[in-house]
Amino acid sequence: MAVETQSTTEDLTDLPPEIVATLQAEPPHPDLELVERAKAGDTSAFEQLVRQYERQIFRTAQHITQNREDAEDITQDVFFKAFQKLDQFQGNSKFSTWLVRIAVNESLMRLRKRKTSKTVSMDQDVQTDEGSIPRDFAEWRPNPEQNYSQSELAEILRKTIAGLPPGFRTVFTLRDIENLSTEETAEALGLSVPAVKSRLLRARLQLRERLSRYFRKTKEGSK
Amino acid sequence: MNCTDFLAKLTDYFDGQIDPELLIEVKEHLGSCHHCEVVVDTTRKTIDIYRGHQPYEFPEELSERLRTAVMNRCKASVSK
Repeated sequence: MAVETQSTTEDLTDLPPEIVATLQAEPPHPDLELVERAKAGDTSAFEQLVRQYERQIFRTAQHITQNREDAEDITQDVFFKAFQKLDQFQGNSKFSTWLVRIAVNESLMRLRKRKTSKTVSMDQDVQTDEGSIPRDFAEWRPNPEQNYSQSELAEILRKTIAGLPPGFRTVFTLRDIENLSTEETAEALGLSVPAVKSRLLRARLQLRERLSRYFRKTKEGSK
Repeated sequence: MNCTDFLAKLTDYFDGQIDPELLIEVKEHLGSCHHCEVVVDTTRKTIDIYRGHQPYEFPEELSERLRTAVMNRCKASVSK
């Protein structure tokens, strides 16, 4: 097997660079075929894409808006808009990143509608220094989440992330919960990579600080 | 390296995107600073807990309802 690999590599060195680049390029993402079929009018292909990403889009919308009904409406709107604008998707980014970008815009728009007197944007409250410097240095219990029931823990996690400014909450959701790369997060949010890194650091530190109230070791060793 | 320098590198450290030379300095600092060691440990746990325990449910019933509504809208827009 090792010999075969070596001979393939040697063969490639004899080929023109543009051919080598084509051969070494990553295979196209499977979504692209579904998108092309959907563009050609195959609604079952689009339904497959909805099936794949509805959970991610719903959770992203719910994390940003903190409202279940809004998240349901936004999920529908995101996929309907994506369907109508499929021709604008050129495949320069992942289809999922493109969808997330629509979801973030729709979610922020929903927040703006809810708070008519206040502007809501990715930049809201991010200039504050709150939480950028750790203050709590208490150690946590091992597996601290196991001291709470599933519903108690879910409530703690919801309450804690809800307290972050939307700009931090969104970056943490995409990067750490939905597992987008830093570059994909930057693309989805229209931010620079350094801006994503800076917001991610502060989001993580603020969440850590807030969760520490629940998870820190106590002298008695109890909840 | 002091705590402020360390904090500035924390995101890259978590993402494994740190130069090998700098990584040595980071590890040296972590070995000598209990506060930063706690920050790293508890921040890692924060990320792991959020990744492992989705606070929002997405039941199959909701998935089907949303998908049906989306596809009805899409199909209606095509037939217009």
